[in-house]
Amino acid sequence: MYDRKKLAELAAARKKWKVERLDPILAKSPERLKRFSTVSDEEIGALYTPDTLSNTEYGEDLGFPGEYPYTRGVQSSMYRGRLWTMRQFAGYGSAEDTNARFKFLLSQGQTGLSTAFHFPTLMGYDSDSPRAKGEVGMCGVAVDSLKDMEILFDGIPLDRVTTSMTINGPAAMVFAMYLAVAEKQGVPFRKLGGTIQNDILKEYIAQHSWIFPPEPSMRIITDILAYCADNVPKWNTISISGYHIREAGSTAVQELAFTIADGIAYVQAGIDAGIPVDRFAPRLSYFFNAHMDFFEEIAKYRAARRMWARIMRERFHAKDENSWKLRFHTQTAGCTLTAQQPTNNVVRVAIQALAGVLGGTQSLHTNSMDETLALPTEQSVMVALRTQQILAEESGVGNTVDPLGGSFFVEQLTNEMEEKAMEYIRRIDEMGGMVAAVKRGYPQREIADAAFHYQRLVDAGEKRVVGVNAYQVDEEQPIPLLRIDDSVEKKQVARTREVRRKRNQRKAQACLAALKDASQAPKENLMPLLVDAAREYVTLGEMCDALRETMGVYTDPAMF
Amino acid sequence: MATAKGKGAAAAPKKAARKVRILVGKPGLDGHDRGAKIIARALRDAGVEVIYTGLHQTPEMIVNTAAQEDVDGIGLSILSGAHNYLFPKVMELLKEKKMGDVVVFGGGIIPDDDIPKLLKNGVDRVFTPGTPIQQIVEYVNARIQPRK
Repeated sequence: MYDRKKLAELAAARKKWKVERLDPILAKSPERLKRFSTVSDEEIGALYTPDTLSNTEYGEDLGFPGEYPYTRGVQSSMYRGRLWTMRQFAGYGSAEDTNARFKFLLSQGQTGLSTAFHFPTLMGYDSDSPRAKGEVGMCGVAVDSLKDMEILFDGIPLDRVTTSMTINGPAAMVFAMYLAVAEKQGVPFRKLGGTIQNDILKEYIAQHSWIFPPEPSMRIITDILAYCADNVPKWNTISISGYHIREAGSTAVQELAFTIADGIAYVQAGIDAGIPVDRFAPRLSYFFNAHMDFFEEIAKYRAARRMWARIMRERFHAKDENSWKLRFHTQTAGCTLTAQQPTNNVVRVAIQALAGVLGGTQSLHTNSMDETLALPTEQSVMVALRTQQILAEESGVGNTVDPLGGSFFVEQLTNEMEEKAMEYIRRIDEMGGMVAAVKRGYPQREIADAAFHYQRLVDAGEKRVVGVNAYQVDEEQPIPLLRIDDSVEKKQVARTREVRRKRNQRKAQACLAALKDASQAPKENLMPLLVDAAREYVTLGEMCDALRETMGVYTDPAMF
Repeated sequence: MATAKGKGAAAAPKKAARKVRILVGKPGLDGHDRGAKIIARALRDAGVEVIYTGLHQTPEMIVNTAAQEDVDGIGLSILSGAHNYLFPKVMELLKEKKMGDVVVFGGGIIPDDDIPKLLKNGVDRVFTPGTPIQQIVEYVNARIQPRK
């Protein structure tokens, strides 16, 4: 990017500055810390100048927005054209409760929906399963059958609102129910836009809501890729997620590396299943964390786009530009919120959200201040949404594309992120790819080590957290919390039992039998059978149980 | 199931009784094991014998493991909001098995208002987010001795 001769002159000038200006100052008053580092404990230098970027070429490494390698953004006009989608993750209690929250959020100017399911749904159990006791509606909305899904999206036109669903182990089953609701609303599948998370590899790595072992799970995923390519072409089939990897305690580089390595595994699986890469790759999207270290995060998003573009073009020989583009959703980091002085979390979230926006995110969820204590109240969700609206409408950060592009520091951090993440990816390739690495527990162990290391730094006071190990107060002011009452479980159990009683039993059983048969025939696509089952009000737990019989179950290796 | 012997076993004084044995458990369906794993490691490093159940355990599974492993204490981590069901259920099953002297402590996303009820149920201590690990290690050292 720079003239070599001028760079050499600059290096000499910099040396002179250090000797004549900086060193005398430091001799009198040393720096505050012995070592400056990011929240991931990567060392940061005192000053970045053009000579650190001597190997960076504008066209090759940055390019123009909307052009390969997309370092500066996947759209050419970015937020000048259209703002990011404001998409708050919501779900609690019954389908009625969450439907009301959805409508509230849409009425407040939110532009997309994002569904949080309760743990029994995430794990493939119905609300009346003994495994669901005490958990119904607690951490998300209870969805057992098409009936719940109809209520959840009642009055919400699915051809006009895009819906994201955080669902992984039973992604295919929940997606089938969503398709069946769309059908009831009269919306053709080809008009449906939205996302299922459907990223099982990061479940084994970090989030831990799994059902089946890795191989059959990967088969279900490639079935979805093929089905959507033919039938639901605007649907984002996998949201390849670093979010949970980071929440589990990884560093920023690990988040980037393991997530892209998961992406590589899915693309390879799709190709191995015989789907041409450009048929499915444009519908893969990403989901990253926005953690506390501002510049490290921005560099992470920029590096991610460049890495994915290069991998898709050079490694997988994708020809369609849309296969090269890494589009991503961002969520602010839940793990950085503190139970101490919780109103301070509003500020943390604002900084993290700003990083997501300056990193060029396509959609954003901002956490609510009370989420270390309970699910958020309507009031605190509103503040979180308003935070995004203030960024969008008042701060001016969307007025130009990639405002930090060309910052010596940010470009250098971006380069370092890419290099370090590619090193991890090489190691994972040597192990035989992410499926093999997961089975060895490699990413799991790396993350647990990083989490432990960070906790030690906090406990030693080397990393300061306001309200936790610095600036504490003796008396905390309690804030109002959302409570889920026990009646949700009773009502939900009753509804699901009634659904099972009222449906056509013969047809429901036939659907389950067909599903089991197909699961043992690797060439058959399970998706149409799951949609049939959803239409007949076969419950999520029944679909999953049928497949547990033929596909087996995964259990936690319990390493620590 | 993973069992880890504490470090420095050889250096321990001969007359010392057997090490304290703690079960770190994850009851319920939530997958948040960052805290549980950090506690398990820290206790192991502090010389405690740690058994970690892994995720997605029922109260029955946890109490059965506690009985088989003959533990002195159980640390439960719950971040799903189901603590008001899961803690009391574990306490009830321990009593049924005549293991009422096993010290049960826990942590996770647990609102302050719920803590008195859990303590009344026999839970010995509930740690909330932001607690330094050392504080939990010191609690275990001070509060829990080998049973019998």
